[in-house]
Order: sequence, then C-alpha cells, then structure tokens
Amino acid sequence: MSRRERVGPLASRPGVAPELDVDALLDDPTTGIVVCCGSGGVGKTTTSAALALRAAERGRKVVVLTIDPARRLAQSLGIEQLDNTPRPVVGVDGTAGGSLDAMMLDMKRTFDDVVLSQASPERARAILDNPFYVALSSSFAGTQEYMAMEKLGQIRARAQAEGTYDLIVVDTPPSRSALDFLDAPERLSSFLDGRFLRLMVAPAKGPAKLMTAGLGLVTGALTKILGAQILTDLQTFVAALDTVFGGFRARAQQTYALLQADGTAFLVVAAPEPDALREAEYFVERLDGDGMPLAGMVVNRATPEPRSKLPADEATAAAARLRARRKDSLAAGLLRLHADRWAAVQREQLLSSRFTAAHPDVATVTVAALPGDVHDLKGLRRVGTLLARG
Amino acid sequence: MTSHWPRARLHVVTGKGGTGKSTVAAALALALASHGKQVLLCEVEGRQGIARMFDVDPLPYAERRIATGLRDPQGAGSVHALSIDPEAALLEYLAMYYRLGRAGRALEKFGVVEFATTIAPGVRDVLLTGKVYEAVQRNSRNRGAVEYDAVVLDAPPTGRIAQFLGVSDEVAGLAKVGPVKKQADQMMSLFRSPRTAVHLVTVLEEMPVQETADGIAELRRHGMPVGGVVVNQVRPRDVSDDDLALALRGRLDKDALGRELELAGVKPTKVLLDGLASEARDHAERRALEDAQREVVGALDVPVAELGRLPGGVDLGALYELAADLRGQGFA
Repeated sequence: MSRRERVGPLASRPGVAPELDVDALLDDPTTGIVVCCGSGGVGKTTTSAALALRAAERGRKVVVLTIDPARRLAQSLGIEQLDNTPRPVVGVDGTAGGSLDAMMLDMKRTFDDVVLSQASPERARAILDNPFYVALSSSFAGTQEYMAMEKLGQIRARAQAEGTYDLIVVDTPPSRSALDFLDAPERLSSFLDGRFLRLMVAPAKGPAKLMTAGLGLVTGALTKILGAQILTDLQTFVAALDTVFGGFRARAQQTYALLQADGTAFLVVAAPEPDALREAEYFVERLDGDGMPLAGMVVNRATPEPRSKLPADEATAAAARLRARRKDSLAAGLLRLHADRWAAVQREQLLSSRFTAAHPDVATVTVAALPGDVHDLKGLRRVGTLLARG
Repeated sequence: MTSHWPRARLHVVTGKGGTGKSTVAAALALALASHGKQVLLCEVEGRQGIARMFDVDPLPYAERRIATGLRDPQGAGSVHALSIDPEAALLEYLAMYYRLGRAGRALEKFGVVEFATTIAPGVRDVLLTGKVYEAVQRNSRNRGAVEYDAVVLDAPPTGRIAQFLGVSDEVAGLAKVGPVKKQADQMMSLFRSPRTAVHLVTVLEEMPVQETADGIAELRRHGMPVGGVVVNQVRPRDVSDDDLALALRGRLDKDALGRELELAGVKPTKVLLDGLASEARDHAERRALEDAQREVVGALDVPVAELGRLPGGVDLGALYELAADLRGQGFA
C-alpha cells in the first residue's frame, strides 16, 4: 500500500466538507446501484440496510445484498438462511409504493453457479470436484469480493429483464484492505490468464515450446517441494477451467463497466478513527483513479457533541477537586464523562477536517453513534433518518 | 499476577475489525517484554501498523528492535518487530530448505513466486504462518538470528482466523505426500499445543461479542488452544449503579448536582445541568448494554482482561499503559 501514489489538491487548508444529500441520491430515479465500501468494523452492513430501507419507504423498489450481517439484524431482515435468493422483508412501510427484498451472499454457491452456467455438465463436475477449485472458491483472498460483484451483475440483469427492482444496494466484504474489493476481478482474471497456468495447460505449444527446458526445471522444483500429486491436480484443474476462461474474463469486464456506469453511486463508509479514515482516503483516491462514480462519504459512529460547552480542561480540573473531597462524587463522574466526550469530539473533528483538506470535493455526512446496537427495522429507520439529516 | 499461559511461546491476537486488535497485540508484546523477555511482534497484512504505533520507520522483511526496557536486575526485555511479506518468506524458505540453484531463479521468472504468493489457494497463509513457526522454533538453519522467549502475532480478523491457522490442513490435504506435508504437520502440532494461545479482542457490543463467541467455538472445534478475551475500549465506571438507574429515568437530583458543581467552582447553569443529565442518560444506556455483553463474555469460560477507552487516541505512552493493564490482569 505504501507504494501507492497520493492524489490530492497539494495545497489546501482544513475545511468543512460539502454535505452529502442522501435523500436526493436515493430519490434520484437514475440511481440504480449504491455500493457501500470501506474497511471492516465501520458499520457498512448497517449503513447499507438502513439506506435500502429508507429508499424502499420513499417509494423505490429495492433489493439489498448483504455479506455477513449480525445474527439479529439478519433475523429481522428475514435472511437467516444462506440461500442466495432475495426475499421480501416483512414490516416495510409500502405506502409510498416501494418494496424491500434482502439477500445474504453465499460465496461458494455463486461461484459454483458461474461454473455450471459456463461449462458442460461433465466439465463442470470435474471442476467442482477438484481440490484446487474447492480451495479457490472458498478461501482465495478476493473470491468473496469478486462473487459479490458477480451476484450484483446477475441481480442487475434480472432486474432489468423483469422489472423487479429499480435500486440495488450492495454491502461489500470486510476486506483486509479496502482495495481488495476493486482489485478482485482483475486479480482473478490475471490468475486465469497467468503465464504459469497457461504453461501448465499446454507446455509444448507455440512459443512456450522454447521454454520447455526452463519449465522442466520449474515443475521439477515444484514436485520436489509439493509432491507430484499436487501438480497433477493443478494440471487437471487448469485444463478443466480452460473452457470457462473466456466467460470469466468477459464477466469481470462487464461488472467493472457496470460499476463505472452513470447509474452507480459509491459511498465510502468510515469511522472517525485514524485507521478507518486512512483506508477511506485510499478508497476515495482509488475510485477517482479508476473513474468510478463516488457519491460521497458516510462517517459513522461519531461522538455526539455535548450540549454544554464547558471546556474539557475545566471539567477535568473541577472533577479532580470534587474527587479529592469525596471519592464517589456524582458530579465528578459526570464532569469526567463530559470532558472525555469533548476530547473525543475534538479529536474526531480534527481528523475530519484533515480529511477534507486532502479531499475537499468529497460530500460527507456524519452519523452520530447510537447508544444501542441496531438489530431491527426501527433501529434501521433511526439510522436512515440520521443519514439523511446528518 | 502470574500469567494464565506460562507455557505459551506463541500468542496469536485476533478480533473483529475495528476492535483494536493491533493495539492489543502491540501492548501484549510490551507486557511480555516487561518481564525481561525477548519478544517478537509480527504483522502479516502489510499495513505497517506496527511502525505507525511505535512511530518508527516502515518495517522491512527483517527483524528490527523497536523497543527496549529500562535497565532491570532481571535484564532488560526488548520487542523486535517483523512485517511478514509472503514473497520474501517464500524465497527465504526455499533458500533455507532447498538448494534449488537455477531452478530457484526459474521459479521467479515463470511467475511461480507470484502465483504461489497471491493466487495458489492457502499457500499465502502457509508462508505467513510458516515464518511465524520458524521464529518460534528457531533452529540452526537460521544462523545468527535472535532467539525469542515469545512471539506475538497480529493475526487476520476473527472471521478468518481458523482458516488462517488451520489452512495448513487444507494444503496438507492437497499435497498428500512430500516435504510440505511434513512441514505443515509440524506447524499444526505447534498451533494445537499449549505453547500457543489464541487471544480474541472485542468491544462490549453485540456483534463483536457474538463474533468472539463464534470464533471461540470454531477454534475449539479445530482443536486450537483458546487463550483469553481482551475487552477493549471499556467505558469508565465511576458513576454508581444507583445514579445510572436514576439517569436512565431522567430522575437525577439536579439540585444536589448543582451544589456539588458550585463547590468545585463551576457555575451550575441550566444548560450545563441539562447537558450533564443528558450525557448521563446516554452513558447509562450504553453502560446497560455493556453490562449485558459483559455477562455474555463472562459465560465464555476463558480468562478476560478489560482495557479502558482512551478518549485521546492511542500513542506510545498509551501502549505502555495498556501493557501494564494486560500484565496486571494475568495476560503476561
């Protein structure tokens, strides 16, 4: 990541970000896809679900694609089973003419479906049973990201053909790095196109022929390290996949084009913490570099500003005086809470204004932390209101 | 207080994203070193989080000393740090175990190194855990290297941890024979022994606690030794339970509060009293949720340490403080 180049105004002062108008985005009939991305633990899933619910209750026909919701949230959305099929959410207010379906992504099944749709039954069987495929489809870093995009493409195609949905909200997987998700299609197709794999399939064809001596060395070394069985498995796998290579590549390109299209809006979700904002910065710069349409940023879990402006240092000093008189002083406890809250608010505001200095055009909405966890439609509505009002 | 895991040489720290697992891993390394030990802190996700926390230059693929204790009769402890990069680990592994010569260079030229480190299923994880294994079980092959009393691994998040550590099982399954299988078997016997402790970091919120419980169940199912749970970012508890109950119902005695404030030289304006009361209600609501989650954590039947919320963020001084807290609660 440190090798990445930075993109920004180069000279700028800390400032106030333009406001992100969430309702305008959701109400705009040309908005067809909203992708929520960001690092893990910033409330992406909750934000996606809240946006989807708000859009539905404002009259859009919405489907939300989630990756790994908390159990109780999944229960209230009615998507406890991992069956890859969107299901209607019960309890949505449909008076404005909208509706909400939800589904949870089953990564392996999505991958299997792609193979089954691309290859003949025998070939598909050979691929699905191969140990390399089993590992690739369940544990290859990036597979989940890629499959989320694949599923998005499928739902989009069906929605357009059947008129089922006019807005798709996508939650993205909690990647180790926010960038994994954009790199995944590229990585998967470069894997399938890789020189090494091509050589494994056809070691004696065309220009590769000249290199067979070198290849012999390589396979010899691999056999020495891994054993012969793994090489045989790998060759079978690559040979079987060969027929579906083209299909994969075409789909990856289609999905990429879909993400760049006008109807797509990316929302970067972050929290007012240095690590989350750093990931958000990389994401914003990367989306810009790839020509992906960034709608704005959601800063979740901000500490609410205290009502009284008594400065933190005065509160701390007063608390210390009170505690010296009585250890269990209520006023001392409350003054400390007040001072802590101010300290957190100031730190977060400083971080946000620095972010804005580096990215002055990114429209932002700040969502105050809720005291409780969100696990029902009522909670999602509350988050939706906060998203819209800031 | 003595450590809950006197035999552990490898401490794996995992947790849901956003719970502060890297901070806890760093603090744990310091806490272990504070006993006069030599400790290695490893990161595997290429984030350079360690360099940032300790405010040192970005770490190369080499063990660098980043913290040394003050002089001590037991001898000064130290923390070394290593950012493990899978490509470098593969080349080092090949050099250490195989004399490949020309074939080694051919591996690079044919994109095999890239294939193995980015694409081949599970191989990336095996290379990362393999390097950690090497650091724990140093032998004569790695001449002149520091021998550590303990290794702390800032591991991938809870959702991926069993796969990350257990993935050698998958590869051993793929490579049914051959030297890699032997290697993977040796790694698994370390990871499944009392010489390893897998710690989980959480905050007192529903989802991270649920994920921690699921993670523990999964680790146990795979026969992995579960260490302790570190509850991070705990709110201060200096408001009594009775006052919290009153705050929740909006019944705090504002007159008494005003008198106390006046004693401390603060003018009890209506805005201040109302503000403090509403902050108290928010706090009480969160504390109630925290207490419910604390009970869930308590029922997990593993040692628990609590670390306080740091309103000013984490700096080096804060890391030392967290290290002392972990040490005081039997985590080192």
